[in-house]
Amino acid sequence: MVTQRRAGARLEVRALSKTFELEGQEPLLTLDGVDLVAAPGEFVAVIGPSGCGKTTLFQILAGLESPSSGEVVIDGRHAENQLGACAFMPQRDGLLAWRRTIDNVTIGLELAGVRRQAARERAAPLLERFGLGGFESAWPWQLSGGMRQRAAFLRTVLLGKPAMLLDEPFGALDGITRSELQLWLLEVWSEVGSTVMLITHDVSEAVFLADRVYVMTPRPGSVAASLAIELPRPRTLELAESPEFGAHEARLRELLRTPRAAAIHADRA
Amino acid sequence: MRASVRRLLRSAWPPALVFAVLVLAWDLIANAVHASLSLPGPWYVVTGSWRDRGDLAAAMWVTTEEALLGIALAVLCAVILALAVDWSRAVRRSIYPLMVLSQTIPLIALAPVVVIWFGFGPAPKIAIVALFTFFAVAVGTIQGLGSADPDTMSLLRTMGASRAQILWRVRIPSALPQFFTGLKVGVTFSYVAAIFAEYVGATQGLGYYMSTANQYFNTELVFGAVIVSALLTLALFGLVVALERAVIRWRPPAQVNARW
Repeated sequence: MVTQRRAGARLEVRALSKTFELEGQEPLLTLDGVDLVAAPGEFVAVIGPSGCGKTTLFQILAGLESPSSGEVVIDGRHAENQLGACAFMPQRDGLLAWRRTIDNVTIGLELAGVRRQAARERAAPLLERFGLGGFESAWPWQLSGGMRQRAAFLRTVLLGKPAMLLDEPFGALDGITRSELQLWLLEVWSEVGSTVMLITHDVSEAVFLADRVYVMTPRPGSVAASLAIELPRPRTLELAESPEFGAHEARLRELLRTPRAAAIHADRA
Repeated sequence: MRASVRRLLRSAWPPALVFAVLVLAWDLIANAVHASLSLPGPWYVVTGSWRDRGDLAAAMWVTTEEALLGIALAVLCAVILALAVDWSRAVRRSIYPLMVLSQTIPLIALAPVVVIWFGFGPAPKIAIVALFTFFAVAVGTIQGLGSADPDTMSLLRTMGASRAQILWRVRIPSALPQFFTGLKVGVTFSYVAAIFAEYVGATQGLGYYMSTANQYFNTELVFGAVIVSALLTLALFGLVVALERAVIRWRPPAQVNARW
């Protein structure tokens, strides 16, 4: 068991829009009425072409940006403009160069007022599980790309939030490391039990990891379609070779190719 | 350790060779002109200064004290000001331009006034050293604080970090490399500034020693004092480099060497 299992939160995004007002420029509509739901403990992926506002969506969910209209509801409570409602893992690992691994993964606890010693004691047994055993006092530059992401993920898990936002966590890794980490992420997630929302631009990654995939339209971003991934868990590498898996991928690619058409189609249905 | 000594030796021999050639040229020219008053040879400078080592050492300590206290004062003021400029937009907009403007004042012209204000004791020397050193440290620190990665700060904000927590955990560590760069530039001015201040009015210190030796036509002692002050500046620079390495332990070795 990674850490105390807790109930995941129900994460809802309702009619969320975001317009950026830049001085001397036309207002930029980035998100246009996004609706998303993640059931408690569900693993949801959000996929879309670059520039579709995925990152803006996550910044709003993380509380860094406020929506122009619409709402974010976590377990029935409004959470717009609320920092710290979800645990956020950014695209780049965000490890602090001047902190050793153990102090990097415990920074969230430290900021929350947990004493350094107590925070370290809580993190220490998890380092092994996160493939960081023996590296607790290494500086970030001494870690491999995969280890850095695992450290960033441990930092996210240790925040102890009922929902996690992962922004392309494996985007910068090589293929081998990436698929290793995907398997490992699923294992850890099944132990933690929190709700996960993942941004990705990788179709296979979305199908492999998620229970449900939301496909976004190009800017202004809105949800074009939602696809349930009805594949058994635990997901294995063999499963990724199966025809069902391939069918899901094909469907998703098709939705990505014609997101506007798909949206219209979905409206009519 | 042994590897680092070897590396140091390898990087030290080219400048050492050039230096030796220059000293040799100096010696040859001094012998050729044969005018110990205007151009004493290197050997004469060394033996003459050695004979006068008591007075030279005393002057050295006085100037060193002024330089170190001046640097300490400059660092204290620079860091406080940099934090204020970094923290408040109002302070940045009102103080920062004035700070840059203050650098256009010729400090050399100001020195006699500083002596009138603070008298002939160590105070005006410390003030002048601080004036000369302050700017480099302040600018380095301000730039360093501003160089903190915005994504990292956003990440900490999503964890509920306060502004003070972000300052302490992200901005200040980010500022350290540029603070030290500023300090390295600053300390190279410190002895020159102290000696210059002593020239204007003093009863002890290397500047006073030089001007007195000059008046008595002991040119070799002037040269000796110049060499000593250069060596002291070099030692101070080395001290800052050592301090930097002790404080910033998280950089990969390649980066540390490249920054030398």
